[in-house]
Parts: sequence; structure tokens; C-alpha cells
Amino acid sequence: MRGLVSARGVNVVYEPNRGARIWSVRDVDLDLAEGEFVGLVGESGCGKSTLGFALTRLLQPPGRLDGGSISFDGTDIASLSGEQLRAQRRNGFALVLQSGMNALNPVRTIGHHFGDILKAHARDGDDYTRASIRRRGGDLLEQVELKAEVLDRYPHELSGGMRQRVVIALALALEPRFIVFDEPTTALDVMVQKAVMNTIKSLQASQRFTALLISHDLGTVLEATDRLLVMYAGRIIEDKPSAEVLTGVHHPYTDALLGCYGDPRAEVVQLHGIPGMPPDLSTTGGGCLYADRCALARNGCRDSVPQLAPAGSGRVACFVRAPAPNARSKSADPQTEGQR
Amino acid sequence: MRYVTRKVVLFVLTFWAALTLNFALPRLMPGSPLDAALGNLQANGVQVTNAMRDAMAAQLGGAEGNWLSQYFSYLGNTLRLNFGTSFSFPTQTVSHTILQALPWTVCLVGVTTIIAFVLGTLLGVYAGWRRGTAADSTVTLGATLFSAFPPFWFGMLLLYVFAFKFQIFASQGGYSPGLTPNLSLSFLSDAVQHSILPAVTLTVTSLSGWVFGMRNNMINTLGEDYVTFAEANGLRSRTIALLYAARNAMLPNITAFGLSLGAVVGGSVLVEGIFGYPGLGNLLYIAVLNHDYPLMQALFLVITVSMLVTIFVVDLLYVRFDPRVRREVIA
Repeated sequence: MRGLVSARGVNVVYEPNRGARIWSVRDVDLDLAEGEFVGLVGESGCGKSTLGFALTRLLQPPGRLDGGSISFDGTDIASLSGEQLRAQRRNGFALVLQSGMNALNPVRTIGHHFGDILKAHARDGDDYTRASIRRRGGDLLEQVELKAEVLDRYPHELSGGMRQRVVIALALALEPRFIVFDEPTTALDVMVQKAVMNTIKSLQASQRFTALLISHDLGTVLEATDRLLVMYAGRIIEDKPSAEVLTGVHHPYTDALLGCYGDPRAEVVQLHGIPGMPPDLSTTGGGCLYADRCALARNGCRDSVPQLAPAGSGRVACFVRAPAPNARSKSADPQTEGQR
Repeated sequence: MRYVTRKVVLFVLTFWAALTLNFALPRLMPGSPLDAALGNLQANGVQVTNAMRDAMAAQLGGAEGNWLSQYFSYLGNTLRLNFGTSFSFPTQTVSHTILQALPWTVCLVGVTTIIAFVLGTLLGVYAGWRRGTAADSTVTLGATLFSAFPPFWFGMLLLYVFAFKFQIFASQGGYSPGLTPNLSLSFLSDAVQHSILPAVTLTVTSLSGWVFGMRNNMINTLGEDYVTFAEANGLRSRTIALLYAARNAMLPNITAFGLSLGAVVGGSVLVEGIFGYPGLGNLLYIAVLNHDYPLMQALFLVITVSMLVTIFVVDLLYVRFDPRVRREVIA
């Protein structure tokens, strides 16, 4: 089944003027159903934000899409550009950035931010007077539990949590059907994090937009989402219903990630880091990129790239944990590598 | 309001410090106006007698009393704009000499500073927005080329080509000899005709600074999250370029523009010198050549004060451009 958002074979490459090219996202297939809330976790630099930017067509040079297709509600958006792409953003896909100070223009009031967005997408018959923009902006702010008086404020006059809420309200202005939340709570303290996440959850529940929550905080993601994707070195290596992540069969990397969290109620908390360093993403060699850090790695692990295959209630890309289908994919593998 | 009060107090204090420095510096320098004047006479073969010396000292109204009383009479004279008589133009008071030259410099250097700023900023915004394209390379390359021209060299090149070879423009002065400055149309057009070559020199050689500054700020600003977020929200690229990127990229340049406006009154000694332009820069040159202390002192004062006033005004206006500064107003 193809969902609202469907990606096939997406690759993103960063091509700096000097130095090695980096394949930050590698052969990612992804389907997000209408109204689904999906989490995407992984360590820093694994390509999760890059994937989020690719799905919303916001990659900036030197990063670019290198092959693959992304369809949104049946339209191939990977090949759109300019005005056609801009038009897709009304009732289309939105991005909520991590808002330190910087997701909002420091010299424009929040009201102006709303006005800029609404006017940019005005169609014939839309009447965006100052009063109607203020009304709409006030409504949107109310949805994220802010008062309408915030419209007259400049970004620096708001707290971090308020700014993050404003960013969410702005993203909602175009009534998107798909929203990527890129680390929406990372810059906030724990209490505010919790409150903002609750707002996101209740918005998603009431408006039923499709959401992709990108975070390095597994706990936050498991609490909020229906489904969890784990990313490692540019590939999605596990796909599982969130409710079942704490049990069942996992990719060894997910096991290691889960080992990084302690139970606060335990008498002795034992935390395990993940040994080794994330791999160099300029390498294009075949094989499982986690093999060098993996306690379970065997001889065959470095020969070809493991594909997602059923394991327990989800899918795992590992020769050890989901062996059977991966044996077949060996022959198909040189073909995907051959694209480069 | 506290912001304004603080700025006013600061302005008065710096103004006083500048006045005092201006008083102290000539007195700390070796030599005196009297020595310089007598030296001039001797160099012209005049036998200097004691009587001449005394007469000269009286004419120069030299220093009487101790430093403190000199200081207070200096302050009083300055506030009354009484700077004494210049040696170079003995028939006029210094104030009169300066007031005659001031409009020429303010018009020439002021207008070219504004043109260079506006043009340079526009080019910089354009190059930064189209970074990496052929248009960007063309603008950057052109600006690099022009920034390598020394103003006096470029001025002489223009003189050679347009005044000497083709004789399209006059080579010297602010107006044709024989005319008296007035506000009639024929005189003004004559003045404009004389000012074109120096204006082009000043504009072309100061343009590139604004282009580079603006282009770099623009590229930095384009990397900001709010630009990405604006794009994510599907804003028109014109809105993003002007209201999100350029609007913020201009902030540091506004301060720099204020400073260069303040420096206008200092004129441009080299360019005014080359074109024999009757402005303050030329006057300063003459004053230095003639050891004309009253004129020099008054000129330094005018330059310092106009710089201070411009900084003060820019500080007050900056609040309008950057709301983040307003926070201090509330606090």
C-alpha cells in the first residue's frame, strides 16, 4: 500500500567544493499513511534531519537529492521546483524547525510572520486584510495555547517554549497534511519539552495530519508516536510499532540505543554507550555499516547491504536478526550499489 | 526613554572630550604658529626683526595667561564659533572660510557616499541572493577590480581621458573661473558639470566596500533558519530575499553607512586636491601646507563634531531598524 507520503530509493548527497562527497541518506524507502504519527531516531549525523529536509524539498546546497522518487498524495514532488513546488506547500507538507532563536525573523513581529505566509498563498477570492490576518493568526496561536497578543511581539520578546509554539502555529497556517517535526523540543528544558510535545500530540490527534517526528530522544518519540523508524548511517535499519519497541526482536543497533537509557526507578542504573564511532559517510562500500561496532557481526555481514525484512512485529535490516529474506537480497544488492 | 537619555549624556561627554583634545593637541606639538609664520617670512628672504616678531605675535593674538584661562577662553570662543583669522586667507575669519567650503564638500562627498551605499547595497543583495551564479561572479569580479583602483590614480585617469583628451569636462575647480557662486540655474549646471569627474571617482572607488560587505552579510543571512523556515512556508522568493534576508543583512551596514556619512565633512583630501575642488578636503590640505593653526584646529573640530553628531543620530535611528535594541528602551 502506498501512503500519503511515499519515498522510493531516496539518496541525498552532500557535494562540498572541496573534499569527499557524503552520502547522508542511502536508498531510503518510506511510506507514511494518512494520519499516521511516525518517529525517526538515530544518533547525530545519521541523516535523519537530512531525510526530513529531503521529504519537504528543503535541501540546501551543497546537499541535493541524488536519485529516487518522493510522492506526496500521488504527485511526484522530487522533480518539482520554483512556483510549482511553492504551490504544493498550501495544504501540503510543512516543516517545524528546532527553534532556538533562529526559526523566526528577528526584525518582524509574529503577526507579520502570519501575514507573510497567508499573503504568499492568497488565491482569488481570499481577502487578507489586516483584521482577517490577525483573526486567523489569533486562532492559530490559540491552537498552540498562546494568546493573540503574541501577534504584536517580536521573537526576542518570547521565551523558548513560546517561540517553538509560534513556529508550530506558523507551520499550521497553510493547513498542511504532512508535517515534519525536526527536533522540536531539543532546545527546551524538560518541563517545557513535555508541554510542547503534549501540544503536538493533541494537535495531531485532532487534526489528523501525518507527522514525522525526528529526534535523538528515544523516550520522547516512543511516548508520542504510532511507529518508530531507526536510522543508522543514512539507512533505515528498523521499522516497528512504537508500542512494541521495548520488547521483541531488534536490530543490534536499536538494542544498543535502548541500552543508553536508564530506568530512573532502578536502584543501580547501568548505562551502556555504543562502542566505536559512527562510520564515515563518504564510503560507498557494500556491507552492513554497523558491522564494525556490532557484537553479533559475522563473516557475511560485510559482503552486502542488509535490507529491511520481517522480524517479530516489525522489520529489521540485519543478517543476524532477520536472516532469511536477506539471503535472497544478496544478489539484488550490486544493482543498487551500481547506481552510484 | 532611558536609552535616549543615556545616549544624550554620552554624546555631551564625548563632545567635551573632543573639544579638550582639540585644545591640547596643538599645544603638545613642537613649534608654534608664530615660529611657522616667521619661518615663512625668512624663507622668502625677509629679515625678521624683534619688532616684526612682536607685531606678528600681537596679530596672531597668541597665547595669553596660563593654560587654564586659555582653555576657558578657547571653550567660550568655540561655542561662539569664533575661531579667529586664518593665515592662509587673512581677509576672512576662519568660520567664514569653512562655511564657504562646507556646501561644496557636503554636496559632492555626501551625494557620492549615498549613491555608493545605495548602489553597492543593491548589487551586494543581488550577488548574495544569486550566489554562485555567473551574475554573482560578474559583480564580485567587477567590484574587486574597482576596489584595486587607488582614488587619486583613478581620478587622474579620468582627468586625462575626459578633460585632456576629449575635453568633455572641466579639469579644475568647482565652477568656471570668473563666475561668482549663486543659486541660479546656469551656475548650478556649471557646478554639476565640474563635479561629475570627482563624483565618479569617489563613487567608483568606494562602491566595492558596500558590495562585498552586503554580499557576505547576505550569504550569512541566507544560511539562517528563518530563511529556511520561510521557504518551508512557501513564501515568495522576492519576500524572502528582501524582507527576510536583505532586511537583516543590512543591519551591520547601516552603522557603517552612518560612520561614512559622518566622515563626509572631512572631505576627501586626495580627490579634492586632484580636481582642485573648493571643498573642506582641499582647505585642510592648504591649512597643513601653510601651518595655518587656526584653520586646522577649526577644521578638526568641524570633522570631529560632525562625526559625533552622525553617530548620535544613527544610534537613535538604529532603534527603528532593529527591534532587538528596543529591549533596552523597555528595561
